[in-house]
Amino acid sequence: MIIAREPIQRPPDARLLAIDARGTITHWPRRDLPALLRRGDLVVANDAATLPASLAGIHVESGAPVEVRLAQRGSLDRDDVHDFLAIVFGDGDYRTATEQRPLPPTFATGDTLQLGPLRATVRRVLGHPRFIALRFTGSAQAIWRGIAKHGRPVQYAYMRPALAMWDVWTPIAGAPAAFEPPSAGFALDWHLLAELRLHGVRFATITHAAGLSSTGDPALDARLPLDEPYVIPPVTADAIAQARRRKGRIIAVGTTVVRALEAAARDAGLVTAGASLATQRIDARTRLRVVDAILSGTHEPGTSHYALLGAFAPPEWLERADRELEAHGYRTHEFGDSVLIERSADFRKRASFDRACRQPAHDRALCEEEQYERG
Amino acid sequence: MDGHDRQHHDLAGLRIAITGGTSGLGLALVREWNARGAAVAFVARTVERVEQVARELHGVTGIVGDVANKLDIHPIALQVLGSLGGLDVLVNNASSLGPVPLALLADTPCESLEEALATNLLGPFRLTKALLGALRASAAERRGGIVLNVSSDAAVTPYPGWGAYGASKAALRHLSAIFHAELEDEGIAVLSLDPGDMDTPLHALALPDADRATLRRPEAAARELTQAIVAALGERRLQRDAEVR
Repeated sequence: MIIAREPIQRPPDARLLAIDARGTITHWPRRDLPALLRRGDLVVANDAATLPASLAGIHVESGAPVEVRLAQRGSLDRDDVHDFLAIVFGDGDYRTATEQRPLPPTFATGDTLQLGPLRATVRRVLGHPRFIALRFTGSAQAIWRGIAKHGRPVQYAYMRPALAMWDVWTPIAGAPAAFEPPSAGFALDWHLLAELRLHGVRFATITHAAGLSSTGDPALDARLPLDEPYVIPPVTADAIAQARRRKGRIIAVGTTVVRALEAAARDAGLVTAGASLATQRIDARTRLRVVDAILSGTHEPGTSHYALLGAFAPPEWLERADRELEAHGYRTHEFGDSVLIERSADFRKRASFDRACRQPAHDRALCEEEQYERG
Repeated sequence: MDGHDRQHHDLAGLRIAITGGTSGLGLALVREWNARGAAVAFVARTVERVEQVARELHGVTGIVGDVANKLDIHPIALQVLGSLGGLDVLVNNASSLGPVPLALLADTPCESLEEALATNLLGPFRLTKALLGALRASAAERRGGIVLNVSSDAAVTPYPGWGAYGASKAALRHLSAIFHAELEDEGIAVLSLDPGDMDTPLHALALPDADRATLRRPEAAARELTQAIVAALGERRLQRDAEVR
């Protein structure tokens, strides 16, 4: 595939490879997405705005320059901005590929990092010289101000220009929660939302703290994704219930939406509204309970994003899709083209066999009664 | 809305951001909302003024930034959304007069017109765009989703001497109307309201010899604009309730 090196969220010639439930592959201009959706379907996107999570500064004890990339916080609560997990690089900037970036100085618990106006203490080193828990000092408001003024978006060595904040916020970005952009959402714009409405397709959002996609270090990458906090608004949980009743499909925009909805899944393909933590890995072994299809960027084999696609389609289909993406010159990475993968009919059958008593909610009582009687 | 009700925190839970919040109408609005229990973030250019207002009013978030500077927009948006945990109402109030003293258009330096457009048109456009996702979420959750752009009678009437200001405010008024038409289906209302001639620093800059006794107090205009916001919130909620049914 061709690496997309320009920060253009919606190039007019963006493309879409679709795999349907029977494994048939078709190619589309991405703007034709609404034609692939049906009346009653529900599109769910991640409305997280991307934090400028890259903070340049120094390790006070050694005087060594560092780049701290914030990677996780405990919740999306507006005042919960003191404690973060972070990946730390030594001297240099994003023009050096992360694989080649030097290690930071050796940290000890209690060390101080001065990151522009922000001051932080190293709370713990987490089993790897690059991976730390840190705590910012000061009020929540001062921390937000420090991050807003001093932070820069996490950069990618393959991009031609440095990314600005407006490059990494999707058009629907709201709550500042993501550490890297939920880039599948780059495909959305306000015109598309209006078109979906015209097609009778509903739209809803969740907020999920999309984490770092890679660190350049295999040992650390194996620990991704980290546990990620998310919030599902009650209106979104209701919209999912409604779509289920109308036999519509739930289309997740991006891997983060799949993670959040599956983490919040309960019986009958419904989700629990509220704030929680997505902790499980989703891969070929996962039986999806909520999401019927995913709109995603084109991911490369070996990444956690790619592994997640295995929950939707068997490996041979994904491999065939990879060959087609390659042969047709699709663009890859954050600003690349898209794929729409519907959960394979076999996977769906398997899942509904697991849960004979799923749909619709009002039948569940009956179903439980039956089980009780049989039991 | 009388004084008694205002003390009853009738805006509790509402998250409001305003630009130009340290003087004139903006400051009066910040005080009004703060007294009525809203969570308020205000933006202004001068650190000292921002700190002074933030000290004076308990619990408001002061943000230093210039809406005319495109590099300030996302840091402002991030601080608003971070500090308030979302946004229900955005008020674009910061305004630039253009040339001071006022000048005929033919005598207006091009840079003065650019400055007026940057503050009065591009700034509100950029900030609204940056916050639109949050406002959409607020509308979907039936909390809010309102943008109020502070307008002027100079947006409608071609007063000689008010060229830069009038042209920029006229453009803002039209921008509001088109935004409103386009975003209505998302549940977002974009209003443009004229608070009238008030006794504010901006007015003193424009007409230093005006008889201040004939001008409205900004506090009165602030109550009126707040009333309009409350009415728009009620309307949105009613409409969406009707849709749900």
